[in-house]
Amino acid sequence: MPTKSLLIYVGGRLLQAVPILFVIILINFALIHAAPGDPVDILIGGADATPEYIEGLRREFGLDQPLWQQFVTYISKIVQFDLGYSLRYREPVLSLILGRMPATLLLMGTALFFSSLIGILLGVFAARRPYSAGDYTATFVSLAGYSMPVFWLGQIMLVIFALHLAWFPTQGMYSLRAPSQGFGRILDVAHHLVLPAITYSFYHLALIYRLTRIKMQEVLALDFITTARAKGVAEGRVVYRHALRNAILPVVTVIGLNFGFMLAGSVLTETVFAWPGMGRLLYEAVGARDYPVLMGLFTVLSVMVICANVITDVVYALVDPRVVYR
Amino acid sequence: MTTITHIPAEPSWWRIFSRNRGSVVGAVVLVVLFALAIVAPMLLRFEAGRIDVGPSMAPPSLVHLMGTDELGRDVFARAAAGLSVSLMVGFGAATISTFLGVVIGGLAGFFGRSIDALLMRLTEIFQVIPRFFLAVLLVAFFGASIFNILIAIAVLSWPEIARLVRGEFLSLRSRQFVDAARVAGAARTSLIFGEILPNALGPVVVNATLMVGQAMLLEAGLSYLGLGDPTKASLGQMLQEAQQIMRSAWWTTAFPGMFIFLAVLSLNLVGDGLTDVLNPRARGR
Repeated sequence: MPTKSLLIYVGGRLLQAVPILFVIILINFALIHAAPGDPVDILIGGADATPEYIEGLRREFGLDQPLWQQFVTYISKIVQFDLGYSLRYREPVLSLILGRMPATLLLMGTALFFSSLIGILLGVFAARRPYSAGDYTATFVSLAGYSMPVFWLGQIMLVIFALHLAWFPTQGMYSLRAPSQGFGRILDVAHHLVLPAITYSFYHLALIYRLTRIKMQEVLALDFITTARAKGVAEGRVVYRHALRNAILPVVTVIGLNFGFMLAGSVLTETVFAWPGMGRLLYEAVGARDYPVLMGLFTVLSVMVICANVITDVVYALVDPRVVYR
Repeated sequence: MTTITHIPAEPSWWRIFSRNRGSVVGAVVLVVLFALAIVAPMLLRFEAGRIDVGPSMAPPSLVHLMGTDELGRDVFARAAAGLSVSLMVGFGAATISTFLGVVIGGLAGFFGRSIDALLMRLTEIFQVIPRFFLAVLLVAFFGASIFNILIAIAVLSWPEIARLVRGEFLSLRSRQFVDAARVAGAARTSLIFGEILPNALGPVVVNATLMVGQAMLLEAGLSYLGLGDPTKASLGQMLQEAQQIMRSAWWTTAFPGMFIFLAVLSLNLVGDGLTDVLNPRARGR
């Protein structure tokens, strides 16, 4: 596969994302003006502001100018990565959000790794023994997995394993008394990570399991599998080398397309365990009605979702030789 | 004259539905929950929002089946009232978004061409935008009332149904029976409402059922972040309040959460059974 055509493909996909980005900026702008009250109150975001600060905001956003001019000002700020200023945190919104991003990515990455691994293995297991007791149990548990609010599961885990059994810390990412660097630090963070990661994994496990099972059942019924078996290929090789390779691609796609839901799950999980990521920031911003932070989070999270979609498409194109670049 | 006796009659929809045991259990649980939400306020010993009907944070007992919270309110009575709020938001939002989805998808699928291209582009954009966070924004900006929450969820949930309906319309509009009606001089409206729509309804009903559960979870998530209607406590809001006191009163989170879980689970189970009834191709899987 030539690198040049891949670059063109990626560029084209990124170009398709521009209208979506425009709509997101438009929504933010419309909200500032459509919400009840003076737009400047929204930009202050529920904090105490001096008259000079308010006057500065009015000038910065050109609030005395016609609406279309305000929109041009707003867009030009955003394309320069200026997402506003949080008076409450006394920090630019973007740097505030980026500071919280690593914690969220750590939680999501860990949970996604384990839930994919276990979900795919369980899915293969169930697809090989359809309608067995194990299949029914796994299917019911997965149905339960996406029928419960993820934060409720978190609360229950917290009550049982952190409060009553005291196996894990109840909240946060570090202990004050733990070493601040080196191996001790890693262990401390890992210890804090266990409960949120398990909670958050459960939902994805359910989704990935269900998909793998359906796809594996489809693929296992195809002719080339029968051929492979007739040739005398070992059963384990048939399942993992021949079938799973074909079944796993749609699973990857769905993970990419569900990225928005995953972020929502992460936000709620972080809130339960006071995990200091973007979700916790969202919770604090909702409580304080810190509108610049809320709008900034919406923008950054949307960009993350768009990126996830593009990456999914590119991975798909790289892995599946049938995809033709346009 | 030969009589055709060897074709078995199509089994009644209940027989198909009841083959799926999970769906029957789901339907029963759902009916019980509905009954609880409607009847509980009249039958229960304690008023839902009333404080000091019992001691503060009393564990479950025969008097207070699900215990009491920090203000001495009866958790069972509050959860039953919260359940009715959650069910109302779930069903209300799913109804509105299904309606929106059918209209948008139907227009796109029936008229095709530029209308289709435009509406589908819009649908795609709405599918990519992370809807939970947009709902958070909408409710935070316009105020946390049941009405705003319901509308925010409804306005963000229609794309799936729209795509589904569009697909059905596209494939149905060129079928022979539709052509026959068209040749016979049927008006556009009667083609849409009389011929195509009834045949596209099966998957729509299934999707709407699943959407009720999704909307309930979305509402619970919003309430949990502190965006619930302060005048009408939903189950999600009870879970938010429980966050502070669950260290010493586990029952304040366990029971309200159980209600959401049971409601959404039974809706998903019923949705499975309806798929069997309404989509003959999926039967027996």
